[in-house]
Amino acid sequence: MAFDIGLTFLVLGVAAWTIAARETFAAVVGFVAYGLLLALIWVRLAAPDVALTEAALGSGLTGGLLIGAGSRLRVSQSPPAEETPGVALKTAAAVLCILISAGLAAIVPLLPDPAPTLAPQVAANIAATGLGNPVTAVLMAYRAIDTLLEIVVLLLALVGVWSLMPDSDWGLPLGSRVADDPDSVLTFIAQLLIPVGILVGIHIFWVGSIAPGGEFQGATILAAMWILASMAGLVDAPAVTRRWLRLVLVIGPAVFLAIGLAGFALTGAFLAYPESHAKLLILIIEIPLTLAIAATLALLVAGPPKRAQR
Amino acid sequence: MSLVLNVLSVLAVCAGGFFFLAGTVGLLRFPDPLCRLHALTKADNLGLGLVVLGLLFQAANPLAALKLVAVWLLALLAGATVAQLIAHLARPSGPRA
Amino acid sequence: MADFLFAAAGFVLAMVALGLIRVLRGPSDADRIMAAQLLGTGGIAALLLLAEATGAAAAVNVALTLALLAAFVSVAFVTAASRSEVDGE
Repeated sequence: MAFDIGLTFLVLGVAAWTIAARETFAAVVGFVAYGLLLALIWVRLAAPDVALTEAALGSGLTGGLLIGAGSRLRVSQSPPAEETPGVALKTAAAVLCILISAGLAAIVPLLPDPAPTLAPQVAANIAATGLGNPVTAVLMAYRAIDTLLEIVVLLLALVGVWSLMPDSDWGLPLGSRVADDPDSVLTFIAQLLIPVGILVGIHIFWVGSIAPGGEFQGATILAAMWILASMAGLVDAPAVTRRWLRLVLVIGPAVFLAIGLAGFALTGAFLAYPESHAKLLILIIEIPLTLAIAATLALLVAGPPKRAQR
Repeated sequence: MSLVLNVLSVLAVCAGGFFFLAGTVGLLRFPDPLCRLHALTKADNLGLGLVVLGLLFQAANPLAALKLVAVWLLALLAGATVAQLIAHLARPSGPRA
Repeated sequence: MADFLFAAAGFVLAMVALGLIRVLRGPSDADRIMAAQLLGTGGIAALLLLAEATGAAAAVNVALTLALLAAFVSVAFVTAASRSEVDGE
């Protein structure tokens, strides 16, 4: 109990510090610290799948994304005085956040106890899906349409990022080039960590069918390892126009959609799997989906091509 | 037998906690970023190693024990190499002549 | 045994909290990047202790992920910080 209270206060303190930080860099470090502590809270709330996603995606990959954006913004001029938010705007934002937090704090204790839940139905029917992890069963079988929509949203976000590039940059390799020095510590780190990371990523993806894990968490680890390789100068970021890149990105949702539509023919409903082949179909969906998610996330963090000199 | 294992676990975890404490005291008291980095990397990783040692005695099967050791090795590898990177950032000119 | 491990996890968390106060305040970028490493090592220790204390075996997987992602984030921070120094802003 004291552990949980202490953890809560620690998280609140780090959050307050992150908001109060003056520099972008400091704020992003605070945000990553906050996210890693949140993962601890999720473990305490007995939600290890969410903890994995928070640690990998919510704080790790998003931290990389934010710091990349922050370093691009640093290069440009500091915004003119009219663009920094005034006191009125900051007060309005603070009031809105306080109202939302107060509303949540008021409502949550009033929720019915025990909370209405579909967990017993999930547990009762999970044998039909062939999976052992109820979270994966919900993601890939009961609510597979939500997962399909998630990956489409990710792809749309990537298209949005690409659409910000000027036309002249369309053929350049994505992301920024780091000076590659084969003897540097960074190259050493990358050469040691990346194989281990790929192994861990595949393990967490594979174990997701019977234990906490799954394709989003595994794909995030794979994406982080690719970005690490790109930062160390070990791989070249592809250009947007490369055909194989677009194929990798699209094949995940395409297979998902194809199997979903095949559900009409086989069982009469979209994304309904015939019971005898459910596990196999889920596996056939998950493997290209993991690759697609990894590629999308890696490209999102890499961002548009960075001009060498301005 | 299990009493011996429990005692060993408690001893190892306490030693690990002591090293975490030492690392944090170093973080709080050392004057220089490089010294603080030193305290963070060495003491905290040693503390983690001792904690893992203590948990090894409690492991349910050899596979779980192997996984604990794998986590420790990964943390050690990552910590040592990232510390080099951070040190280079803190003092790019290298060791003082 | 479980209570002792739980208390040990709390102790490690307290150490992380104290360390965070120091590194987040630290004036240089190198200090702040240490926060990611501190949370990585301390968080892994706390998670492994929690995994044994409360029987949440999945926490070991979270610890694995934490190790990798803390390293990744630290490298990203160092790359961004050294790049901004090169740009001379």
